[in-house]
Amino acid sequence: MTEFLMPSLGADMEDGTLVEWRKKSGDRVRRGDIIAEVETQKGLIEIEVFDEGVIEKLLIKEGEKIPVGTPMALINPYGAEAETKKETVSKKKEVELQPIEEKTESKVMEKSTKKEIRIKATPIAKRIADDKGIDLSQISGTGENGAITKEDVENVIVQKKEISKTVKGEKPVEKLVEAELAKTEEKQVEGAPEKKEAQPIEAELDKMEKQPVEAQKEITVTPAEAIRSAVAAAMSKSNREIPHYYLEKRIDMSKALAWMKEANRERPIQKRLLPAALFIKAVASSLDELSELNAIWENGLQLKNEINIGFVVSLRTGGIIVPAILQADGKSVDEIMEVLNDIIPRARALKLRSSELSDSTITITNIGEGSADKVFGVIYPPQVAIIGFGNITEQAFAENGMLGIRPVVNITLAGDHRATDGITGSRFLGALNKYLQNPESL
Amino acid sequence: MSQSIKTTYREALKQGIREALLNDERVFLMGEDVGRYGGAFAVSKGLLQEFGEERIMDVPLSESGFVGAGIGAALAGMKPIVEVMTVNFGLLAMDQIVNNAATLLHMSGGQLNVPVVIRISCGIGRQLAAQHSHSWEPFFAHVPGLVVLSVGTHEDARGMLHTALQSPDPVIIIEYTSMLNLEKEISADAGAVNITQAKVRREGKDISIITYGAGVYKCLEAADELAADGIDAEVIDLRILRPLNEETFLASVAKTHRALIVEDAWRSVSISSEISSRIMEKAFYELDAPVNRLCGVEVPIPYPLHLEEASVPQKSDIVNAVKRIINP
Amino acid sequence: MPKTKSKRIDLDAKKAQKLFYQMLLIRKFEDKAAEEYTKARIRGFLHLYIGEEAVAVGVIQALTDEDNVLATYREHGHALARGMDAGVIMAEMYGKQEGCSRGRGGSMHLFDKSKNFFGGNAIVAGHLPMSVGMALASKKQKKNNITCCFFGEGAAAEGEFHEAMNLAALWQVPVLFVCENNVYAMGTAIQYTHSMQELEKKGAGYGVKSSAVNGMNLMAVIDAANEAVQKVRDNGKPYLLVCNTYRFRAHSMFDAELYRDKKEVEEWKKRDPIPEFQKFLMKQKMITEKEIKEIEKQVDTEIQKAVDFAGEGTWEPLDQLTKFVYSEREMK
Repeated sequence: MTEFLMPSLGADMEDGTLVEWRKKSGDRVRRGDIIAEVETQKGLIEIEVFDEGVIEKLLIKEGEKIPVGTPMALINPYGAEAETKKETVSKKKEVELQPIEEKTESKVMEKSTKKEIRIKATPIAKRIADDKGIDLSQISGTGENGAITKEDVENVIVQKKEISKTVKGEKPVEKLVEAELAKTEEKQVEGAPEKKEAQPIEAELDKMEKQPVEAQKEITVTPAEAIRSAVAAAMSKSNREIPHYYLEKRIDMSKALAWMKEANRERPIQKRLLPAALFIKAVASSLDELSELNAIWENGLQLKNEINIGFVVSLRTGGIIVPAILQADGKSVDEIMEVLNDIIPRARALKLRSSELSDSTITITNIGEGSADKVFGVIYPPQVAIIGFGNITEQAFAENGMLGIRPVVNITLAGDHRATDGITGSRFLGALNKYLQNPESL
Repeated sequence: MSQSIKTTYREALKQGIREALLNDERVFLMGEDVGRYGGAFAVSKGLLQEFGEERIMDVPLSESGFVGAGIGAALAGMKPIVEVMTVNFGLLAMDQIVNNAATLLHMSGGQLNVPVVIRISCGIGRQLAAQHSHSWEPFFAHVPGLVVLSVGTHEDARGMLHTALQSPDPVIIIEYTSMLNLEKEISADAGAVNITQAKVRREGKDISIITYGAGVYKCLEAADELAADGIDAEVIDLRILRPLNEETFLASVAKTHRALIVEDAWRSVSISSEISSRIMEKAFYELDAPVNRLCGVEVPIPYPLHLEEASVPQKSDIVNAVKRIINP
Repeated sequence: MPKTKSKRIDLDAKKAQKLFYQMLLIRKFEDKAAEEYTKARIRGFLHLYIGEEAVAVGVIQALTDEDNVLATYREHGHALARGMDAGVIMAEMYGKQEGCSRGRGGSMHLFDKSKNFFGGNAIVAGHLPMSVGMALASKKQKKNNITCCFFGEGAAAEGEFHEAMNLAALWQVPVLFVCENNVYAMGTAIQYTHSMQELEKKGAGYGVKSSAVNGMNLMAVIDAANEAVQKVRDNGKPYLLVCNTYRFRAHSMFDAELYRDKKEVEEWKKRDPIPEFQKFLMKQKMITEKEIKEIEKQVDTEIQKAVDFAGEGTWEPLDQLTKFVYSEREMK
């Protein structure tokens, strides 16, 4: 049985309406006979049949609209030969030509994790900044519509380079001096300037004891501008990258000072304790408890084993330098004092060892001289905290409902909010207070 | 280094035609007024006397007819140089160019080559008003199957024709009436040049000025002026508008990180639109500024000189545009 | 209808039968094409030559293999008369890469360089200037071949017809313009398109020798074509031969024929060139009933072979899409 289908009369013909059957069931049809009249968008068209046979059945009623290819009638062909011919023809598969796929590019929306404001930078500026790890959000652009240009980024890179000329690393001030150290031709006491691990304390102490200061390598005096710009870069980076939170505590120093006075009675002058030593030890002990503050932030928090406390030293020529007291938790207050006595003059003379410059795990800034009561520090990246000690001054202090005048120190803590929350900082200050209220435990 | 000679653009074109006629007897020139008139723009002056009527054919004003005939002659083994007096009349022949020349190779499934060369003069030509001043390079550059050349220098005027005649595919050579009288130096033994590569006409590092045709000398002059101000511009002559040699200008942008495209054609849907897209697609991460375009103003070319000059980019416009890009 | 000179034609039985076979082949091929189209195996446009067979067959028999032939989009008959294989043509219409144009052209773009068959042109009158150019090339190369250009009366209204006629006469090139006047330019009868309906008179305006012939009579066409071709070849000048004919089917498949009367079609069908020629041959005793049946069978077989060949054909791979835009030879 052959099916007569609604023919396609044009590539854009989709359907037709059967207007009139010209043949009926039982009629004989030959190739070329008009079988029906169909209404199309172009008008009335007579459609012809291409097969021979007898019409078995009409499948569509007059007036019906049907799509191209719909069976309209059944024709009983003469003889089996015609049948097989039809089959072979109809079995040929129509290969559908696939439409050409357009290359769709998946849109990657860049999520800015920190900022909501879109930074306008030229493609090449972005590329260079990515390569070199420069933060675009802190650069102001000189390009069209304030876009950051290649030149803007390159200027920042040059600035950075001026600070840390031949050395890689993240601590500009120390590295600057390190670089100077490396330049000297004197025999090297230490190993390579870039080593990050601290020497064992014993070896350090040995060296310090065995070699008088003068025999240690001399360094050339570095220009004040270099230090200034090194500091500037470090502080800028800190401000750009580290979300600071600030806590402060007023601590009653009467007990600590009294204890210190007693202790000093038994010590020769050159070994007398200063409050700084107490502070450093108290901080070291507190860090034992709140170890998250003794850490660095590099793609995540990395706790440090040693507690090396850097403390800020003002330079007479301007600028600051931050030597470290290595393994402060393992030293007694006396030992710390000794280190201070040694290190501060050397610091002021810019005669420090690289390990003393590079290995701080936390920093203390003491605004001892001058008139400010307290100091809110700027964290030295990649450290996660900085503790500020103000002057010990006589202040009103309430205790047990009684107001008195006590020697009080304003202590501040600036913490990296990526690393710790306020509660940690608060606990730390609490611990600090505890130790300073019980100085004999230090 | 061989000697150099001074020549006009017109003379360079003529020598190119002359050489082609001498080298290959299949070559013949057909166009309006190419023979007895001496060439509408005097390019073919004297050639009829030298080569005779068989080789230099004057044709009636039947652009469709004679361009089609040229295509037919090419199909049948000749090497016709068909001259369409100006691109303005070229529209009449577009059916032959697009539906026959550009398409026969494809429609025949690769059987039929159409090695016809069609020379067409283009661009503003001194206050000839709207119907005689078109820059329609984009129309031709749009069509796959055509090779489209833009003769922006004397060197190319002398040498492109020879190579075009070697092409098995139809070549449209676009020449510029505004440059006909311009005199420049070319090598004394200047000859065939390639028709595949764009050319860096001036090396520089601060910005890539990409242009073609009537823009080339303008941009070179602008670059000289910019140099005095400390701006080092690279000037690229596209030379071939289809198929574009994009490697050259992409490499340039990778070097300079800035691009300015200069053309006389109307801005919308122009050659510069295409170049700009390609730079964005393939050299995005090199860009230090958006790609800029300096194009013909979207107006039919007016008759008075000051308006005509304001309708297309001039040297000062190019200089100012570059400065704005470098120092926004 | 203008008279053609009656001439005794040298037509032997063998050639006569071959011409009969050609007309029948065209007729049945076109018929089959219609069927294949309704079954959506041929797509796009399909323009059938049914009724006009005598023109293509009658003119092309006068040409040599070296002559060039250009035709319109209604060119299946011309392609077959020129000797192209029915299967290769059918495959082309199916869009298969085994087609003469690798499937790239379809019904309207049949090309065969080896047979000097240059299409298959779909822009009305678009190929006329090219035919003049090809004839020009023959003249310049001092070759003996001529160019034969088929087009319809609709094309005679286009500017390119007039430009081509002028150029051909001006340059005196050997081109035979064959204008197949089938009365209707798509759906518009000639009285609505031509101020001068006797198209052969247009030649005089250009200094081109012209004549008209009854295109429904193969013998008449052979007669006129032989004479015209000879003139063109001898004189190297153009000639315009108008063949008055009629297409029995619509302009294309998708045409309701609202523009003409069924009665008119029936009248013209009475002058069907194939039965008329058959009658003539039988009268001249150049063919027998048996031979006719054999030829019919031969044609049927060939058509079926063509359909099978096309059906088994393959689709050109997608990754070849951008081929044939430029030659694959190295560009300098």
